[in-house]
Amino acid sequence: MRRSSRDLLFKIYIAGVYVFLYLPILVLIILSFNKSRWTTIWEGFTLQWYVKLLNNKILLNSLKNSIIVALASTFFSTFFGTIGAIALRKLEFKLKEAFEILIYLPVIIPEIVLAGALLSFFGFVKITLGFTTVIIAHIVFSISYVILIVLARLQNIEKEVEESALDLGANEFEVFRRVTLPLLLPAIISSALIVFTLSIDDYLITSFVAGVSSTTLPLQIYSMLRTNITPEINAISTIMLLTTTMAIILSQKLLTSK
Amino acid sequence: MRGKVYWVFLIPSAMVLIVFFLFPLLIMLYYSFLQRGIYGGFEPIENLKEYIFSFAWLKNYIRVFDSLYIPIYLRSIYIAILTTIICLFIGYPVAYFIALKVKPENKILYLFLIIVPLWTSFLIRTYAWILILRDEGLINLFLLKIGLINKPLPLLYNEFSVLLGLIYGELPFMILPIYASLEKIDISLIEASKDLGADEFRTFKRVILPLTLPGIIVGVTIVFIPTLGSFIVSDLLGGAKSILVGNLIQNQFIVARDKPFGSAIAFVLSSFVLVLLYIYRKFWGGKIEVL
Repeated sequence: MRRSSRDLLFKIYIAGVYVFLYLPILVLIILSFNKSRWTTIWEGFTLQWYVKLLNNKILLNSLKNSIIVALASTFFSTFFGTIGAIALRKLEFKLKEAFEILIYLPVIIPEIVLAGALLSFFGFVKITLGFTTVIIAHIVFSISYVILIVLARLQNIEKEVEESALDLGANEFEVFRRVTLPLLLPAIISSALIVFTLSIDDYLITSFVAGVSSTTLPLQIYSMLRTNITPEINAISTIMLLTTTMAIILSQKLLTSK
Repeated sequence: MRGKVYWVFLIPSAMVLIVFFLFPLLIMLYYSFLQRGIYGGFEPIENLKEYIFSFAWLKNYIRVFDSLYIPIYLRSIYIAILTTIICLFIGYPVAYFIALKVKPENKILYLFLIIVPLWTSFLIRTYAWILILRDEGLINLFLLKIGLINKPLPLLYNEFSVLLGLIYGELPFMILPIYASLEKIDISLIEASKDLGADEFRTFKRVILPLTLPGIIVGVTIVFIPTLGSFIVSDLLGGAKSILVGNLIQNQFIVARDKPFGSAIAFVLSSFVLVLLYIYRKFWGGKIEVL
Protein backbone atom coordinates (compact mmCIF):
# COMPACT_ATOMS: atom_id res chain seq x y z
CA MET A 1 0.00 0.00 0.00
CA ARG A 2 1.25 3.48 -0.80
CA ARG A 3 2.29 5.61 2.11
CA SER A 4 -0.18 8.39 1.46
CA SER A 5 -3.19 6.08 1.24
CA ARG A 6 -2.08 4.34 4.41
CA ASP A 7 -1.92 7.69 6.18
CA LEU A 8 -5.38 8.51 4.90
CA LEU A 9 -6.78 5.23 6.26
CA PHE A 10 -5.15 5.98 9.60
CA LYS A 11 -6.80 9.40 9.67
CA ILE A 12 -10.20 7.91 8.85
CA TYR A 13 -9.75 5.42 11.68
CA ILE A 14 -8.90 8.20 14.15
CA ALA A 15 -11.92 10.21 13.01
CA GLY A 16 -14.02 7.09 13.57
CA VAL A 17 -12.87 6.81 17.18
CA TYR A 18 -13.75 10.45 17.83
CA VAL A 19 -17.19 9.91 16.28
CA PHE A 20 -17.62 6.87 18.56
CA LEU A 21 -16.79 9.03 21.61
CA TYR A 22 -19.23 11.79 20.69
CA LEU A 23 -22.06 9.95 18.91
CA PRO A 24 -24.11 9.14 22.04
CA ILE A 25 -23.74 12.67 23.36
CA LEU A 26 -24.82 14.20 20.04
CA VAL A 27 -27.78 11.85 19.66
CA LEU A 28 -28.93 12.76 23.14
CA ILE A 29 -28.71 16.50 22.53
CA ILE A 30 -30.48 16.31 19.16
CA LEU A 31 -33.30 14.12 20.50
CA SER A 32 -33.92 16.52 23.37
CA PHE A 33 -35.23 18.96 20.72
CA ASN A 34 -37.23 16.34 18.83
CA LYS A 35 -41.03 16.52 18.69
CA SER A 36 -41.51 12.76 18.55
CA ARG A 37 -42.07 11.18 21.92
CA TRP A 38 -41.26 7.55 21.14
CA THR A 39 -38.94 7.16 18.21
CA THR A 40 -35.55 8.32 17.14
CA ILE A 41 -37.04 9.74 13.91
CA TRP A 42 -36.77 13.51 13.59
CA GLU A 43 -40.27 15.02 13.58
CA GLY A 44 -39.44 18.68 14.01
CA PHE A 45 -37.89 21.08 16.48
CA THR A 46 -39.49 21.68 19.85
CA LEU A 47 -38.64 23.06 23.27
CA GLN A 48 -41.59 21.33 24.93
CA TRP A 49 -39.42 18.82 26.85
CA TYR A 50 -37.51 21.68 28.41
CA VAL A 51 -40.76 23.41 29.35
CA LYS A 52 -42.07 20.16 30.87
CA LEU A 53 -38.84 19.89 32.80
CA LEU A 54 -39.40 23.27 34.43
CA ASN A 55 -42.77 22.02 35.68
CA ASN A 56 -41.47 18.68 36.91
CA LYS A 57 -41.21 19.38 40.64
CA ILE A 58 -39.80 15.95 41.53
CA LEU A 59 -36.98 16.26 39.03
CA LEU A 60 -36.15 19.83 40.02
CA ASN A 61 -36.14 18.85 43.67
CA SER A 62 -33.69 16.03 43.00
CA LEU A 63 -31.49 18.49 41.12
CA LYS A 64 -31.56 20.77 44.17
CA ASN A 65 -30.60 17.82 46.39
CA SER A 66 -27.73 16.92 44.08
CA ILE A 67 -26.37 20.45 44.17
CA ILE A 68 -26.58 20.63 47.98
CA VAL A 69 -24.80 17.29 48.34
CA ALA A 70 -22.14 18.17 45.75
CA LEU A 71 -21.41 21.59 47.26
CA ALA A 72 -21.19 20.26 50.81
CA SER A 73 -19.09 17.22 49.98
CA THR A 74 -16.81 19.23 47.66
CA PHE A 75 -16.23 21.84 50.35
CA PHE A 76 -15.38 19.35 53.10
CA SER A 77 -13.35 16.95 50.99
CA THR A 78 -11.35 19.77 49.34
CA PHE A 79 -10.71 21.55 52.64
CA PHE A 80 -9.85 18.44 54.67
CA GLY A 81 -7.94 16.86 51.80
CA THR A 82 -5.83 19.94 51.12
CA ILE A 83 -4.74 20.52 54.72
CA GLY A 84 -4.25 16.76 55.06
CA ALA A 85 -1.90 16.74 52.06
CA ILE A 86 0.05 19.72 53.46
CA ALA A 87 0.41 17.92 56.79
CA LEU A 88 1.52 14.69 55.11
CA ARG A 89 4.25 16.56 53.26
CA LYS A 90 5.61 17.98 56.50
CA LEU A 91 5.11 15.18 58.98
CA GLU A 92 7.10 12.01 59.45
CA PHE A 93 5.54 9.32 61.62
CA LYS A 94 5.72 5.61 62.19
CA LEU A 95 2.54 4.57 60.42
CA LYS A 96 2.92 6.99 57.51
CA GLU A 97 3.31 4.27 54.90
CA ALA A 98 0.21 2.46 56.19
CA PHE A 99 -1.68 5.74 56.11
CA GLU A 100 -0.64 6.32 52.50
CA ILE A 101 -2.03 2.92 51.56
CA LEU A 102 -5.25 3.89 53.36
CA ILE A 103 -5.44 6.98 51.13
CA TYR A 104 -5.11 4.87 47.98
CA LEU A 105 -7.67 2.25 49.00
CA PRO A 106 -10.91 4.22 48.37
CA VAL A 107 -9.69 4.98 44.84
CA ILE A 108 -8.74 1.37 44.16
CA ILE A 109 -11.46 -0.81 45.67
CA PRO A 110 -14.59 -1.36 43.56
CA GLU A 111 -17.30 1.22 44.19
CA ILE A 112 -19.80 -1.50 45.03
CA VAL A 113 -17.62 -2.62 47.96
CA LEU A 114 -17.53 0.87 49.42
CA ALA A 115 -21.29 1.12 48.95
CA GLY A 116 -21.87 -2.11 50.89
CA ALA A 117 -19.43 -1.11 53.64
CA LEU A 118 -21.06 2.30 54.16
CA LEU A 119 -24.56 0.82 54.23
CA SER A 120 -23.40 -1.77 56.79
CA PHE A 121 -21.73 0.95 58.85
CA PHE A 122 -24.73 3.29 58.94
CA GLY A 123 -26.90 0.35 59.96
CA PHE A 124 -24.42 -0.63 62.67
CA VAL A 125 -24.23 2.83 64.27
CA LYS A 126 -27.96 3.33 63.62
CA ILE A 127 -27.79 6.58 61.64
CA THR A 128 -30.99 7.12 59.63
CA LEU A 129 -30.27 7.30 55.92
CA GLY A 130 -30.66 10.82 54.52
CA PHE A 131 -28.69 13.88 53.52
CA THR A 132 -26.03 13.37 56.20
CA THR A 133 -25.24 9.83 55.13
CA VAL A 134 -25.11 10.78 51.44
CA ILE A 135 -22.77 13.71 52.13
CA ILE A 136 -20.52 11.58 54.35
CA ALA A 137 -20.36 8.88 51.66
CA HIS A 138 -19.44 11.44 49.00
CA ILE A 139 -16.71 12.92 51.20
CA VAL A 140 -15.27 9.42 51.68
CA PHE A 141 -14.95 8.63 47.97
CA SER A 142 -13.74 12.17 47.17
CA ILE A 143 -11.14 12.95 49.80
CA SER A 144 -8.46 10.60 48.48
CA TYR A 145 -8.55 12.26 45.05
CA VAL A 146 -8.00 15.66 46.66
CA ILE A 147 -5.13 14.44 48.86
CA LEU A 148 -3.41 12.68 45.94
CA ILE A 149 -3.75 15.60 43.51
CA VAL A 150 -2.62 18.24 46.03
CA LEU A 151 0.20 16.01 47.26
CA ALA A 152 1.49 15.52 43.70
CA ARG A 153 1.51 19.29 43.18
CA LEU A 154 3.21 19.92 46.53
CA GLN A 155 5.99 17.55 45.57
CA ASN A 156 6.53 19.54 42.42
CA ILE A 157 6.66 22.90 44.15
CA GLU A 158 10.32 23.09 44.81
CA LYS A 159 11.23 22.81 48.43
CA GLU A 160 13.87 25.42 47.65
CA VAL A 161 11.18 27.95 46.82
CA GLU A 162 10.05 27.81 50.42
CA GLU A 163 13.55 27.62 51.81
CA SER A 164 14.82 30.61 49.89
CA ALA A 165 11.84 32.63 51.08
CA LEU A 166 12.58 31.56 54.64
CA ASP A 167 16.22 32.58 54.19
CA LEU A 168 15.04 35.99 53.15
CA GLY A 169 13.45 36.40 56.54
CA ALA A 170 9.81 35.54 55.96
CA ASN A 171 8.18 33.48 58.68
CA GLU A 172 6.67 30.10 57.91
CA PHE A 173 3.07 31.29 57.85
CA GLU A 174 4.01 34.16 55.54
CA VAL A 175 5.81 31.76 53.17
CA PHE A 176 2.76 29.53 53.12
CA ARG A 177 0.37 32.38 52.39
CA ARG A 178 2.51 34.20 49.84
CA VAL A 179 4.36 31.37 48.09
CA THR A 180 2.99 27.90 48.64
CA LEU A 181 -0.72 28.64 48.60
CA PRO A 182 -0.78 30.59 45.28
CA LEU A 183 1.28 27.86 43.62
CA LEU A 184 -1.06 25.25 45.07
CA LEU A 185 -4.27 26.98 44.06
CA PRO A 186 -4.62 25.43 40.56
CA ALA A 187 -4.31 21.96 42.06
CA ILE A 188 -6.90 22.76 44.74
CA ILE A 189 -9.35 24.15 42.18
CA SER A 190 -8.92 21.28 39.76
CA SER A 191 -9.34 18.70 42.51
CA ALA A 192 -12.48 20.52 43.70
CA LEU A 193 -13.86 20.37 40.16
CA ILE A 194 -13.10 16.68 39.77
CA VAL A 195 -14.66 15.93 43.14
CA PHE A 196 -17.73 18.02 42.30
CA THR A 197 -18.32 16.13 39.07
CA LEU A 198 -17.78 12.80 40.87
CA SER A 199 -20.39 13.78 43.43
CA ILE A 200 -23.01 15.14 41.06
CA ASP A 201 -22.66 12.03 38.89
CA ASP A 202 -22.60 9.30 41.52
CA TYR A 203 -25.33 6.73 41.33
CA LEU A 204 -24.20 3.47 42.92
CA ILE A 205 -22.99 4.54 46.37
CA THR A 206 -25.74 7.16 46.68
CA SER A 207 -28.40 4.57 45.88
CA PHE A 208 -27.17 2.53 48.85
CA VAL A 209 -27.07 5.31 51.43
CA ALA A 210 -29.81 7.77 50.35
CA GLY A 211 -33.04 8.11 52.31
CA VAL A 212 -36.52 8.82 50.96
CA SER A 213 -36.14 12.60 51.05
CA SER A 214 -32.55 12.76 49.81
CA THR A 215 -33.03 11.46 46.27
CA THR A 216 -30.37 12.98 44.03
CA LEU A 217 -30.63 13.66 40.30
CA PRO A 218 -28.84 10.48 39.14
CA LEU A 219 -31.17 8.42 41.37
CA GLN A 220 -34.20 10.19 39.92
CA ILE A 221 -32.97 9.77 36.35
CA TYR A 222 -32.27 6.10 37.03
CA SER A 223 -35.75 5.42 38.30
CA MET A 224 -37.21 7.27 35.29
CA LEU A 225 -35.09 5.09 32.99
CA ARG A 226 -36.46 2.01 34.72
CA THR A 227 -40.12 2.99 34.36
CA ASN A 228 -40.33 4.75 31.02
CA ILE A 229 -37.83 6.60 28.93
CA THR A 230 -39.16 10.06 28.08
CA PRO A 231 -37.57 12.91 26.15
CA GLU A 232 -37.54 14.88 29.41
CA ILE A 233 -34.55 12.75 30.42
CA ASN A 234 -32.81 13.86 27.23
CA ALA A 235 -33.53 17.48 28.10
CA ILE A 236 -32.20 17.34 31.66
CA SER A 237 -29.21 15.31 30.43
CA THR A 238 -28.43 17.93 27.81
CA ILE A 239 -28.55 20.70 30.40
CA MET A 240 -26.25 18.72 32.70
CA LEU A 241 -23.80 17.89 29.92
CA LEU A 242 -23.58 21.46 28.73
CA THR A 243 -23.25 23.05 32.17
CA THR A 244 -20.49 20.70 33.38
CA THR A 245 -18.58 21.03 30.11
CA MET A 246 -18.87 24.82 30.15
CA ALA A 247 -17.76 24.98 33.79
CA ILE A 248 -14.70 22.85 33.09
CA ILE A 249 -13.71 24.75 29.95
CA LEU A 250 -14.11 28.04 31.80
CA SER A 251 -12.03 26.90 34.75
CA GLN A 252 -9.32 25.54 32.44
CA LYS A 253 -9.20 28.90 30.68
CA LEU A 254 -8.87 30.68 34.02
CA LEU A 255 -6.13 28.34 35.17
CA THR A 256 -4.05 28.49 32.00
CA SER A 257 -4.39 32.22 31.38
CA LYS A 258 -2.43 33.09 34.52
CA MET B 1 4.68 24.36 68.06
CA ARG B 2 4.92 24.24 64.27
CA GLY B 3 4.67 20.45 64.19
CA LYS B 4 1.48 20.54 66.23
CA VAL B 5 -0.31 22.62 63.61
CA TYR B 6 0.37 19.92 61.03
CA TRP B 7 -1.05 17.26 63.29
CA VAL B 8 -4.23 19.32 63.56
CA PHE B 9 -4.23 19.55 59.74
CA LEU B 10 -4.01 15.79 59.44
CA ILE B 11 -6.83 14.97 61.86
CA PRO B 12 -9.92 15.66 59.66
CA SER B 13 -8.82 13.54 56.71
CA ALA B 14 -7.47 10.82 58.99
CA MET B 15 -10.83 10.80 60.79
CA VAL B 16 -12.74 10.52 57.51
CA LEU B 17 -10.58 7.65 56.29
CA ILE B 18 -10.52 5.77 59.57
CA VAL B 19 -14.06 6.32 60.90
CA PHE B 20 -15.98 6.36 57.62
CA PHE B 21 -13.85 4.08 55.47
CA LEU B 22 -11.69 1.64 57.41
CA PHE B 23 -14.21 1.07 60.21
CA PRO B 24 -17.12 0.44 57.77
CA LEU B 25 -14.96 -2.14 55.98
CA LEU B 26 -14.37 -3.88 59.31
CA ILE B 27 -18.11 -3.80 60.09
CA MET B 28 -18.78 -5.36 56.72
CA LEU B 29 -16.14 -8.02 57.42
CA TYR B 30 -17.89 -8.78 60.71
CA TYR B 31 -21.28 -8.97 58.96
CA SER B 32 -19.88 -11.39 56.40
CA PHE B 33 -19.40 -13.92 59.23
CA LEU B 34 -23.04 -13.67 60.38
CA GLN B 35 -26.15 -15.28 58.91
CA ARG B 36 -29.13 -13.58 57.36
CA GLY B 37 -32.17 -13.42 59.66
CA ILE B 38 -35.67 -14.41 58.60
CA TYR B 39 -36.79 -10.82 58.05
CA GLY B 40 -33.53 -9.56 56.59
CA GLY B 41 -31.18 -8.35 59.35
CA PHE B 42 -29.09 -10.96 61.13
CA GLU B 43 -29.61 -14.27 62.85
CA PRO B 44 -28.62 -13.83 66.51
CA ILE B 45 -25.77 -16.07 67.63
CA GLU B 46 -27.02 -18.37 70.41
CA ASN B 47 -23.77 -19.95 71.43
CA LEU B 48 -20.62 -18.15 70.36
CA LYS B 49 -18.28 -21.04 71.13
CA GLU B 50 -20.35 -23.46 69.11
CA TYR B 51 -20.70 -20.90 66.30
CA ILE B 52 -16.95 -20.59 66.05
CA PHE B 53 -16.04 -24.25 66.33
CA SER B 54 -18.74 -25.48 63.96
CA PHE B 55 -17.32 -23.11 61.33
CA ALA B 56 -20.82 -21.70 60.79
CA TRP B 57 -19.15 -18.31 60.30
CA LEU B 58 -17.61 -19.58 57.07
CA LYS B 59 -20.99 -20.45 55.51
CA ASN B 60 -21.21 -17.28 53.39
CA TYR B 61 -17.71 -17.72 52.05
CA ILE B 62 -18.44 -21.31 51.10
CA ARG B 63 -21.62 -20.15 49.40
CA VAL B 64 -19.64 -17.57 47.39
CA PHE B 65 -18.07 -20.48 45.50
CA ASP B 66 -21.38 -22.25 44.89
CA SER B 67 -21.69 -23.45 41.30
CA LEU B 68 -24.68 -21.14 40.95
CA TYR B 69 -22.45 -18.06 41.09
CA ILE B 70 -19.26 -19.24 39.38
CA PRO B 71 -20.56 -18.43 35.86
CA ILE B 72 -21.17 -14.83 36.99
CA TYR B 73 -17.55 -14.43 38.15
CA LEU B 74 -16.20 -16.05 35.02
CA ARG B 75 -18.36 -13.79 32.87
CA SER B 76 -17.19 -10.72 34.82
CA ILE B 77 -13.53 -11.65 34.34
CA TYR B 78 -14.11 -12.53 30.69
CA ILE B 79 -15.91 -9.24 29.97
CA ALA B 80 -13.24 -7.26 31.85
CA ILE B 81 -10.41 -8.93 29.90
CA LEU B 82 -12.22 -8.45 26.59
CA THR B 83 -12.95 -4.78 27.39
CA THR B 84 -9.31 -4.19 28.31
CA ILE B 85 -7.91 -5.85 25.18
CA ILE B 86 -10.30 -4.08 22.82
CA CYS B 87 -9.63 -0.72 24.52
CA LEU B 88 -5.90 -1.33 24.10
CA PHE B 89 -6.23 -2.13 20.39
CA ILE B 90 -8.58 0.79 19.71
CA GLY B 91 -6.78 3.20 22.02
CA TYR B 92 -3.11 2.64 21.21
CA PRO B 93 -3.31 3.92 17.61
CA VAL B 94 -5.20 6.99 18.84
CA ALA B 95 -2.53 7.78 21.43
CA TYR B 96 0.15 7.12 18.78
CA PHE B 97 -1.56 9.45 16.34
CA ILE B 98 -1.92 12.30 18.84
CA ALA B 99 1.63 11.97 20.15
CA LEU B 100 3.50 11.51 16.88
CA LYS B 101 1.34 12.63 13.96
CA VAL B 102 -0.49 15.71 15.19
CA LYS B 103 1.18 19.11 14.96
CA PRO B 104 2.35 20.27 18.42
CA GLU B 105 -0.02 23.25 18.44
CA ASN B 106 -3.04 21.00 17.83
CA LYS B 107 -2.18 18.31 20.39
CA ILE B 108 -4.02 20.04 23.22
CA LEU B 109 -7.24 20.11 21.21
CA TYR B 110 -7.05 16.42 20.29
CA LEU B 111 -6.36 15.48 23.91
CA PHE B 112 -9.03 17.80 25.18
CA LEU B 113 -11.59 16.05 22.98
CA ILE B 114 -10.60 12.71 24.52
CA ILE B 115 -11.00 14.07 28.06
CA VAL B 116 -14.26 16.05 27.69
CA PRO B 117 -16.53 12.97 27.74
CA LEU B 118 -14.97 12.01 31.09
CA TRP B 119 -16.26 15.21 32.60
CA THR B 120 -19.81 14.52 31.56
CA SER B 121 -22.08 12.19 33.46
CA PHE B 122 -21.21 8.53 33.00
CA LEU B 123 -24.79 7.55 33.74
CA ILE B 124 -26.11 9.83 31.01
CA ARG B 125 -23.52 8.73 28.46
CA THR B 126 -24.41 5.11 29.16
CA TYR B 127 -28.11 5.85 28.88
CA ALA B 128 -27.52 7.54 25.52
CA TRP B 129 -26.51 4.16 24.08
CA ILE B 130 -30.05 2.94 24.74
CA LEU B 131 -31.25 5.62 22.30
CA ILE B 132 -28.85 4.28 19.69
CA LEU B 133 -29.19 0.53 20.22
CA ARG B 134 -32.86 -0.06 21.08
CA ASP B 135 -35.34 -1.54 18.58
CA GLU B 136 -36.58 1.90 17.56
CA GLY B 137 -33.11 3.39 18.02
CA LEU B 138 -30.77 5.09 15.61
CA ILE B 139 -29.01 2.04 14.16
CA ASN B 140 -32.10 -0.13 13.70
CA LEU B 141 -34.15 2.69 12.18
CA PHE B 142 -31.34 3.44 9.77
CA LEU B 143 -30.87 -0.19 8.72
CA LEU B 144 -34.64 -0.65 8.32
CA LYS B 145 -34.90 2.46 6.23
CA ILE B 146 -32.19 1.48 3.76
CA GLY B 147 -33.81 -1.96 3.60
CA LEU B 148 -30.83 -3.97 4.84
CA ILE B 149 -32.96 -5.67 7.49
CA ASN B 150 -36.71 -6.16 7.79
CA LYS B 151 -36.97 -6.47 11.56
CA PRO B 152 -34.90 -4.74 14.26
CA LEU B 153 -31.63 -6.40 15.27
CA PRO B 154 -31.42 -7.32 18.98
CA LEU B 155 -28.62 -4.88 19.83
CA LEU B 156 -29.64 -4.03 23.37
CA TYR B 157 -29.90 -5.97 26.65
CA ASN B 158 -27.26 -8.57 25.84
CA GLU B 159 -23.55 -9.17 26.25
CA PHE B 160 -22.72 -7.16 23.15
CA SER B 161 -24.33 -3.97 24.47
CA VAL B 162 -22.62 -4.39 27.87
CA LEU B 163 -19.25 -4.79 26.18
CA LEU B 164 -19.88 -1.80 23.95
CA GLY B 165 -20.91 0.38 26.90
CA LEU B 166 -17.85 -0.63 28.92
CA ILE B 167 -15.44 -0.02 26.02
CA TYR B 168 -17.06 3.34 25.43
CA GLY B 169 -16.68 4.38 29.08
CA GLU B 170 -13.14 3.08 29.58
CA LEU B 171 -11.46 4.00 26.27
CA PRO B 172 -10.17 7.43 27.39
CA PHE B 173 -8.52 5.80 30.44
CA MET B 174 -6.52 3.59 28.08
CA ILE B 175 -5.58 6.38 25.66
CA LEU B 176 -4.32 8.88 28.26
CA PRO B 177 -1.54 6.88 30.00
CA ILE B 178 -0.31 5.46 26.67
CA TYR B 179 -0.21 8.98 25.25
CA ALA B 180 1.77 10.14 28.30
CA SER B 181 4.38 7.41 27.78
CA LEU B 182 4.60 8.15 24.03
CA GLU B 183 5.21 11.81 24.79
CA LYS B 184 8.17 10.89 26.98
CA ILE B 185 10.01 9.10 24.17
CA ASP B 186 13.07 10.96 22.96
CA ILE B 187 12.33 11.82 19.31
CA SER B 188 15.99 11.30 18.39
CA LEU B 189 15.59 7.58 19.17
CA ILE B 190 12.85 7.30 16.58
CA GLU B 191 14.88 9.27 14.06
CA ALA B 192 17.97 7.15 14.71
CA SER B 193 15.93 4.03 14.00
CA LYS B 194 14.70 5.50 10.73
CA ASP B 195 18.19 6.65 9.76
CA LEU B 196 19.38 3.11 10.26
CA GLY B 197 16.87 2.03 7.63
CA ALA B 198 13.98 0.69 9.71
CA ASP B 199 10.54 1.39 8.28
CA GLU B 200 7.72 2.81 10.38
CA PHE B 201 6.38 -0.58 11.43
CA ARG B 202 9.77 -1.86 12.46
CA THR B 203 10.55 1.33 14.37
CA PHE B 204 7.25 0.89 16.13
CA LYS B 205 7.89 -2.73 17.05
CA ARG B 206 11.51 -2.39 18.10
CA VAL B 207 11.67 1.09 19.59
CA ILE B 208 8.30 2.64 20.38
CA LEU B 209 6.35 -0.34 21.70
CA PRO B 210 8.95 -1.42 24.31
CA LEU B 211 9.33 2.16 25.50
CA THR B 212 5.57 2.58 25.99
CA LEU B 213 5.14 -0.64 27.95
CA PRO B 214 4.79 1.25 31.29
CA GLY B 215 1.94 3.31 29.82
CA ILE B 216 0.25 0.19 28.48
CA ILE B 217 0.46 -1.47 31.88
CA VAL B 218 -1.04 1.55 33.66
CA GLY B 219 -3.81 1.71 31.05
CA VAL B 220 -4.57 -2.01 31.35
CA THR B 221 -4.72 -1.72 35.14
CA ILE B 222 -6.99 1.32 35.32
CA VAL B 223 -9.34 -0.16 32.73
CA PHE B 224 -9.44 -3.73 34.01
CA ILE B 225 -10.11 -3.09 37.71
CA PRO B 226 -13.12 -0.74 37.48
CA THR B 227 -14.59 -2.92 34.73
CA LEU B 228 -14.42 -5.96 36.99
CA GLY B 229 -16.61 -4.33 39.64
CA SER B 230 -18.80 -2.35 37.26
CA PHE B 231 -22.51 -2.03 37.86
CA ILE B 232 -24.26 0.72 35.89
CA VAL B 233 -23.41 -0.48 32.38
CA SER B 234 -24.54 -4.06 32.90
CA ASP B 235 -27.61 -2.88 34.83
CA LEU B 236 -28.74 -0.43 32.14
CA LEU B 237 -27.55 -2.07 28.93
CA GLY B 238 -27.44 -5.73 29.98
CA GLY B 239 -30.17 -8.32 30.11
CA ALA B 240 -31.01 -10.86 32.80
CA LYS B 241 -28.38 -13.21 31.35
CA SER B 242 -25.54 -10.71 31.40
CA ILE B 243 -25.36 -9.79 35.09
CA LEU B 244 -21.86 -9.28 36.50
CA VAL B 245 -20.46 -9.63 39.99
CA GLY B 246 -21.22 -5.96 40.72
CA ASN B 247 -24.91 -6.58 40.04
CA LEU B 248 -24.82 -9.72 42.18
CA ILE B 249 -23.47 -7.80 45.20
CA GLN B 250 -25.95 -4.94 44.73
CA ASN B 251 -28.76 -7.46 44.46
CA GLN B 252 -27.80 -9.17 47.73
CA PHE B 253 -27.65 -5.87 49.62
CA ILE B 254 -30.70 -4.10 48.20
CA VAL B 255 -33.10 -6.69 46.77
CA ALA B 256 -32.44 -9.99 48.59
CA ARG B 257 -31.57 -8.17 51.83
CA ASP B 258 -28.84 -10.69 52.51
CA LYS B 259 -26.13 -8.37 53.82
CA PRO B 260 -23.92 -11.19 55.15
CA PHE B 261 -23.72 -12.91 51.79
CA GLY B 262 -23.34 -9.63 49.88
CA SER B 263 -20.51 -8.68 52.24
CA ALA B 264 -18.75 -11.99 51.68
CA ILE B 265 -18.82 -11.59 47.88
CA ALA B 266 -17.62 -7.98 48.25
CA PHE B 267 -14.63 -9.16 50.28
CA VAL B 268 -13.71 -11.89 47.85
CA LEU B 269 -13.89 -9.36 45.00
CA SER B 270 -11.76 -6.82 46.91
CA SER B 271 -9.18 -9.46 47.78
CA PHE B 272 -8.95 -10.45 44.12
CA VAL B 273 -8.42 -6.82 43.10
CA LEU B 274 -5.82 -6.24 45.81
CA VAL B 275 -3.90 -9.37 44.81
CA LEU B 276 -3.82 -8.13 41.21
CA LEU B 277 -2.54 -4.75 42.36
CA TYR B 278 0.06 -6.41 44.56
CA ILE B 279 1.32 -8.35 41.56
CA TYR B 280 1.33 -5.16 39.53
CA ARG B 281 3.41 -3.32 42.15
CA LYS B 282 5.75 -6.21 42.67
CA PHE B 283 6.57 -6.55 38.99
CA TRP B 284 6.40 -2.99 37.78
CA GLY B 285 6.80 -1.04 41.01
CA GLY B 286 5.64 2.50 41.40
CA LYS B 287 2.26 3.69 42.47
CA ILE B 288 -0.95 3.67 40.54
CA GLU B 289 -1.31 7.03 38.89
CA VAL B 290 -4.69 8.61 39.38
CA LEU B 291 -5.98 10.57 36.41
